[in-house]
Amino acid sequence: MPNRGDKTLGRFALGRLVNSIPLVLGVIVVNFLLVSFAPGDPVTALIGDFPAPPEYVERVREQFGLDQPVHERLVRYVVNVARGDLGFSFANRLPVLDLVLERLGRTLVLMIVTVTFATTVGVALGVMAARKPHSAADAAATGIALAGYSIPVFWLGQILVIVFAVWLGLFPAGGMRSVRVTYTGLAALLDRARHMVLPMFALSFRYIAITTRLTRSSLLEVMNSDYILAARARGISERRVLWEHGLRAAALPIITVIGYSFAFIVAGSALVETVFGWPGVGRLMYDSIFTRDYPVMLGILLVVSLSVIVVNLLTDIAYALFDPRVRY
Amino acid sequence: MSPAELQSKTAHPVLAIENLVTEIRSVRGLIRPVDGVSMSFPAGKIVGVVGESGSGKSMTAFSIMQLFPTSAARVAGGRVLLGETDLIGRSPEQMRAIRGSRIGMIFQDPTSFLNPVLTIGRQIEQQLEAHRWTGGPPAGDRGQSYANRVSELLTSVGLPRDVSTRYPHQLSGGQCQRVGIASALACDPDLIIADEPTTALDVTIQAQILRLMMRLQRERAVALMLITHDLGVVAEVCDYVYVMYAGRIVEEGDVRSLFAAPQHPYTRALMSGVLSLTGTGNIGFAVPGSVPDLAAPPSGCRFHPRCPHAMPRCSQEAPPLFDRPSGRSACWLHDEATP
Repeated sequence: MPNRGDKTLGRFALGRLVNSIPLVLGVIVVNFLLVSFAPGDPVTALIGDFPAPPEYVERVREQFGLDQPVHERLVRYVVNVARGDLGFSFANRLPVLDLVLERLGRTLVLMIVTVTFATTVGVALGVMAARKPHSAADAAATGIALAGYSIPVFWLGQILVIVFAVWLGLFPAGGMRSVRVTYTGLAALLDRARHMVLPMFALSFRYIAITTRLTRSSLLEVMNSDYILAARARGISERRVLWEHGLRAAALPIITVIGYSFAFIVAGSALVETVFGWPGVGRLMYDSIFTRDYPVMLGILLVVSLSVIVVNLLTDIAYALFDPRVRY
Repeated sequence: MSPAELQSKTAHPVLAIENLVTEIRSVRGLIRPVDGVSMSFPAGKIVGVVGESGSGKSMTAFSIMQLFPTSAARVAGGRVLLGETDLIGRSPEQMRAIRGSRIGMIFQDPTSFLNPVLTIGRQIEQQLEAHRWTGGPPAGDRGQSYANRVSELLTSVGLPRDVSTRYPHQLSGGQCQRVGIASALACDPDLIIADEPTTALDVTIQAQILRLMMRLQRERAVALMLITHDLGVVAEVCDYVYVMYAGRIVEEGDVRSLFAAPQHPYTRALMSGVLSLTGTGNIGFAVPGSVPDLAAPPSGCRFHPRCPHAMPRCSQEAPPLFDRPSGRSACWLHDEATP
């Protein structure tokens, strides 16, 4: 095992998590205040347009504690969150934590598949482009990347639905599984995979573009460096120079960007989940905004910011694993 | 190695280049950093190649390897004879098998020539794997693992064995250059090309590295091509020297006689530069003017615009290498027909 001679990974990770506590607290407070001062009344949204007697409205308001001043509600909310209680969804009549976690699992599945797919395709395209700069392969990869940057995700999603679901009928237009037939075992898994193809592709395209461009430029720079020349002078095969010397060194910026773009994928998932009816956290967010379901909105924001912190930590760990010069 | 083997190895040049021409395509046209250069590297000898930067000495080395820092460069003519075989026109795979195995290379900046994300041991092991190193003759050592060989190499260059698990950034410049030397020696090459191996190092380390290279070169009777702009180094360690100017050899000869009686005005200017700079620790060049633009080299003798002895003929015709008592020199002053 290569020796590095400094702090252990565990201590580094723990330290980072402890350091992020004030950040999370800040996120909670800011989100709470934003939501509180946002226009719209959850009670009205809950009761609906149907004219209700004022006493009833008042009772509902009291029932949810919405009659109390903002600072008292804030303190109570923070204390509850610290206890692991994210509140109760007005609209769904479920504890927010259970609801968000259930939806988050579905979003994570979609995101992990998306990131894996986008990274694999993006790196492959980037390598293809960097291998022979200004060749036809390079032009093709750069062209795909340009398209990926330019096409908005919601538009791409709708086009994919029209072409592959409506016209060709290859993939389902939405949802996470077939409702009419109940599959079990492997068939159920395949059914889910079929449902995932279009949203995954819509969500991937932009990240394929980012990864392609980054891999290309990073690899081109590395392949012009002195140590690549030296590796060739040692008689290392071209394949090995590219994959072991080149890509390993070029991987650092790629890892960083994949990690830090995680937050944007979450944001993108709200659009894609809405277009494809994927019952994930993005869809839940969309719905909760329309129903003024504050506890759910706050819960999602909290969980998303926590997951961004965790992913950034994982990115830093991956970075340190790839680059021996990085110290924890 | 037995004395008899040593003797047989020193008899022939292990590598010779003949009329080598290298071209680079550039926006300003085709340039020839190496223009008709012939050199010979006998086993067990240290051959110095001196010149200012831009004289084509590094490009000559890259041309031997047929490995260039830019894809715009290629060998356009001449021969590179490794033993009996011409390396020009070999397939990429054949050249790859020769690089790092029959010809080792040591670079100028040792820290930038090692991959920062791979351990030292891994980088040398890769080289042994690439050449399926088997311990060389006699066949008794075949079972020796690559890791053992790495330890052996590191020990031979004066580094502790555990350096193999370290990364380049954990080593000093001098230590990195020792790794570079170990890598160059890894597969028992016939020729080692050292391109300014001490330039990037501290002065105190320079002498150590030079001594180490000399010792290892002598022990293994390997030919060493030492590229440098430091005449002091040439005088101290080399057996034979080529002086290059603007892509051509202007003078060559046995080090002792060449230093005693430099023939070419350029060499003489260099020597006087040495004298005037002695004692500063930085022995550089002090020839007035600068190396010409290779995209539009001067006609005739390329040194004539800077030469104190320039004659009308010098700008019209390029002088051949004339035989001199010390070696050979390319200057019209040596021609009997010159008035």
